[in-house]
Amino acid sequence: MDVTNLTIESILDGYKNKKFSVNEVVESYLKRIKRHDKELNSFITVCEKEALEEAKKKDEDLANGVKLPLLGLPIALKDMFSTKGIRTTAASNVLKDYIPSYNATVVDRLKDAGAIILGKTNHDAWAHGSSGENSDFGPTKNPWNKEYTPGGSSSGSAVAVAAGLTPIATGTDTGGSIRLPASFTNVVGLKPTYGRVSRFGIISMASSLDSIGHFTKTVSDSARILQTTAGKDGYDATLSSDKPKNYLKNLKNGIKGLRLGVPKEFVTKGLQKEVKNAFEGAVKILEDLGAETLEVSLPHTEYGIATYYVIQTAEVSSNLARFDGIRFGNKRTEFGDEAKRRIMLGTFTLSAGYYDAYYKRAMQVRTLVRKDYEKAFDLSSGGVDAIIVPASPTTPWRLGEKVNDPLAMYLSDALTVTANIAGIPGLSVPAGFNNGLPVGIQILGPQFSEDLLFRIGYSFEQKTEYYKQTPNL
Amino acid sequence: MKIDVKKVATLANLTLTPQEEHKFEKQLSEILTYVEKLNDVDVEGVEPTSQVTGLTNVTKNDNFSDDSLSQNAALSGAKNQNNGFFKVKAIFDNE
Repeated sequence: MDVTNLTIESILDGYKNKKFSVNEVVESYLKRIKRHDKELNSFITVCEKEALEEAKKKDEDLANGVKLPLLGLPIALKDMFSTKGIRTTAASNVLKDYIPSYNATVVDRLKDAGAIILGKTNHDAWAHGSSGENSDFGPTKNPWNKEYTPGGSSSGSAVAVAAGLTPIATGTDTGGSIRLPASFTNVVGLKPTYGRVSRFGIISMASSLDSIGHFTKTVSDSARILQTTAGKDGYDATLSSDKPKNYLKNLKNGIKGLRLGVPKEFVTKGLQKEVKNAFEGAVKILEDLGAETLEVSLPHTEYGIATYYVIQTAEVSSNLARFDGIRFGNKRTEFGDEAKRRIMLGTFTLSAGYYDAYYKRAMQVRTLVRKDYEKAFDLSSGGVDAIIVPASPTTPWRLGEKVNDPLAMYLSDALTVTANIAGIPGLSVPAGFNNGLPVGIQILGPQFSEDLLFRIGYSFEQKTEYYKQTPNL
Repeated sequence: MKIDVKKVATLANLTLTPQEEHKFEKQLSEILTYVEKLNDVDVEGVEPTSQVTGLTNVTKNDNFSDDSLSQNAALSGAKNQNNGFFKVKAIFDNE
């Protein structure tokens, strides 16, 4: 059977209507992985035997009338997610033979909902990067043009969904690592609000910024997965006590009368012409759908990357200090260049004599970035419901183009980092193609407004239907 | 800003080759120079943000649950073990 463009919805419907079995679906995905992934390199580990065994069990469950929200759904997990008994590498040689003895909360939740793990996906080691090229397991290729980067850090997850090797893959987004690769591969990427999805069991990058999300073909699929992963687990103290909303309920309510902001600071500086055109086209479509668009200002946007590279590297240096090769994992000499750079930057900015000038100042600018968003979203003083921005200042670049220029690589996250700094949610949705390479937009909203982002994304997607296009492998 | 890579590497418990020291010194100094644009922002009287949740004093129930790892599971990743403990090399041998 052809699973290339199946959505979660169509798979679960297919099971219900007995159009195909779990075994057939899982086999078909595994076959596609075998056929295409040597070239794409989106998986680090494929769990063929276990997935087929699970598929058999799930077919029995279905026959026995078991009801679970994701029963028999194949999934892929970024290799930052701890999986009991399955190697979890963080795409780094430091952990290349590490096998966790417990599951991340998100992994438990997806499995408890009936999902089947196809494998663990490739990414920039420790989630450090914007192109996937920092992986110790080799770069992942963009299925739309294999000479180009699929974006990072969650490169393998984005590519696996885009290439039809899995209907959903998880990711982590610390500065754009879900939204950027989603926009480079024509898939939907969700970065939830900080504190919405548990970080427990996910290898920490920068603990005050890490958001746990996922990639899907469609917006409603994205909502469905968040419904399973969101909410308190008793292990991550930064989770909100508020119950997750019903993310599917208002999905189809349309966007008539919504006030959508376009921040002037995002649309001028250094935005590539092709991206600008695609973005303006998207704004026009949203207007046609009945939304009102207005210019807003987020004046501290230009300090986003500088703020982020102080705070994030400080937290990285502390989180990676635990990898000393003493209890498990390999020695620190196995760290790649990018991890070394970030550890040293963070160590430096936290060291005696420099703390106030760098770290404290960055935390103060973080306050100003948050306030920019709070003001923009304040409906009582002329604010907007949500903000629309491009997901990346450029279309995908060629593999190798930025590997020797870390600063240029860092700047590719200019349009995504401020959402992490402020802790707000962002949804990246496909917005067309340029020269055969995908372009995406992000929808940003106030904290815990994922339901609204899905509603806007859904309307846009129904009108544009870019998700129906698949790459020629 | 010039960065003393040797000193920072020692603080961070990283061992660098002379070539790496040279490469990282250049790259890190460039990044720090970029980051210094934060000096253009007026932060007088601005409270620092260390977390965005607004939550305070989140505590865990003080009950002893059975969901902690067994000794065997906790040691399952150890390269070397002895009598149920991690066996490691002496680490305080230099200074």
